[in-house]
Amino acid sequence: MSSVNQRVLPGFGLSLGTTLFFLSLIVLIPLGACFLKASTLTWSDFADAVWTDRTRAAYLLTFGASLAAAVLNAVIGLLLAWVLVRYDFPLKRLFDALVDIPFALPTAVAGLVYASLYAPNGWFGQFLVPLGIEGAYSRLSIVLVLTFTGLPFVVRTLQPVLESLDADVEEAAASLGASRWQIFRWIILPSLWPGLLTGFALAFARALGEYGSVIFVAGNMPYRTEIAPVLIVARLEEFAYREATALAVVLLLFSFTLLAVINGLERWSRSYAS
Amino acid sequence: MVARWGTLVAAVAIAGIGIWYFVAGDDPNRVTLLNVSYDPTRELWRELNDAFIADYEARTGKKLTIRQSHGGSGTQARSVMDGLRADVVTLALWSDTDALRRKELLAQGWEQRLPFNSLPYYSTIVFVVRSGNPKGIRDWPDLVKPGIGVITPNPKTSGNGKLSYLAAWGSVRIRGGSEDDAQAYVKALYENVLVLDAGARGSAVTFAKRRIGDVHLTWENEAHLEVREAKGTLEIVYPVSGSIKAEPFVAWVDAVVERKKTQQVAKEYLEFLYTDAGQEMIARHHYRPIRSEILARHRNRLPEMELYPVATIAHNWDEVQTKFFAAGALFDQIYAR
Repeated sequence: MSSVNQRVLPGFGLSLGTTLFFLSLIVLIPLGACFLKASTLTWSDFADAVWTDRTRAAYLLTFGASLAAAVLNAVIGLLLAWVLVRYDFPLKRLFDALVDIPFALPTAVAGLVYASLYAPNGWFGQFLVPLGIEGAYSRLSIVLVLTFTGLPFVVRTLQPVLESLDADVEEAAASLGASRWQIFRWIILPSLWPGLLTGFALAFARALGEYGSVIFVAGNMPYRTEIAPVLIVARLEEFAYREATALAVVLLLFSFTLLAVINGLERWSRSYAS
Repeated sequence: MVARWGTLVAAVAIAGIGIWYFVAGDDPNRVTLLNVSYDPTRELWRELNDAFIADYEARTGKKLTIRQSHGGSGTQARSVMDGLRADVVTLALWSDTDALRRKELLAQGWEQRLPFNSLPYYSTIVFVVRSGNPKGIRDWPDLVKPGIGVITPNPKTSGNGKLSYLAAWGSVRIRGGSEDDAQAYVKALYENVLVLDAGARGSAVTFAKRRIGDVHLTWENEAHLEVREAKGTLEIVYPVSGSIKAEPFVAWVDAVVERKKTQQVAKEYLEFLYTDAGQEMIARHHYRPIRSEILARHRNRLPEMELYPVATIAHNWDEVQTKFFAAGALFDQIYAR
């Protein structure tokens, strides 16, 4: 009997089946239900629900703050990963473990803590607010908590890449007379790009969906500090499920598009690096 | 090896507890009730439940467990609609309870099944201000003066927020103002709002702990808790011209109690609220008991004030919803551009 399976690895059918099953159960079916619910609206109702001055302001804020937080995360995360991989210092393991805290802490707690620190009577707020830096109940506060919740992504994606970099390439560059900046710019950074982009995309996507921490710290004022998920919850409170899912669908489509663009960039940078 | 065995045992134990937690059935000799309520009533129900359980077990000899669920009133109603098996619902707004009737979880005419139209107590919205009332806030018109910072939750996501908004609107109408006057007033009021928290407790934290704003609009019973915890830095102001009458109706959920065979105990549980003992507890927690002779005994903590019913601003709760809180309705128009 000749086998139809030309693959070297056995068990392709079984493992793909399992993958598809769980992916459907956990991701595809809930998302599909979301689209289905929203599709029961007529076009004009859909447009009325998702495209007003107020929802546009909320989308803009959600994406803008998430983008700012992801950029901050990329910079801080690169630095953190670099320090944690390249240097040895006391309590290094402890610092390393601390990076994961934002994953474990309920984000609502993070929101409350940030609000208490940056409020005008808080530890930081009492010095910052007189200088005009409003770290609570402002747009800045949203960026701050989103940076907190997204911090581990960049660090954790870059650490293995940095660890696997060969030191001899850097040594060769140095012996050929390259300056430290040149080594970083032309030797290290190109191999970090794909990881940095992945971490950036993950932190960005995480920030888009964040609700718990933001509502406690933002102030939720329409047009100023009201993120899109707050509007979704508001519609749910009216028992307007369809309009709420319509908003969710718009957010999803935006996110899909952005993630696709970032993935494309990542692939491009990978081929460029090799 | 020892460490590996330890890990294995721990993993099995955790899995076992997890499975037991989800699979374990209810003991047939034990009656369990689930009371789905709104946020601020935690302390009240804890005390009422203990008292009713003692009473029930003494009378019937059966073991009774009452589970409590608390959250935003609308969110709680939605959970019950979506399948949370609540035996009784004790929500903040009539419209949330009646939404269950529309889903045929409650019988028609559910208000008529218990004394006083199924309303065991009522409450209102009052002001909490900084100690000594430095901004001199006495009544609703004071809230729209320039430089007054107001803290109140979002009416779209909070029962407290809804009632505060309606109280503000009603304060203009009972003085004979037109609807346009009322809209102008609430617009000015929400321009003074500094933080629009999603829920009642969030607002309490913003006002009492972060010390943001000059006045916090909140439930009467929450105001007492807040003032007590603030240890002399806050005080209550009862608005001179009165406030709204908040009516948290109670009901048993027919669809659930029929299946669980808990009709009788659910009914007795809610009737307990109207007994002397129940009404006294309600008053001690700063809710206003429906039986006037009990309320009269607690005038020191529940002072007399004008309370205008929702009927002064709309025919019924359906109209409240469509007129004020629906998408694009009067509340949204405050923020329209």
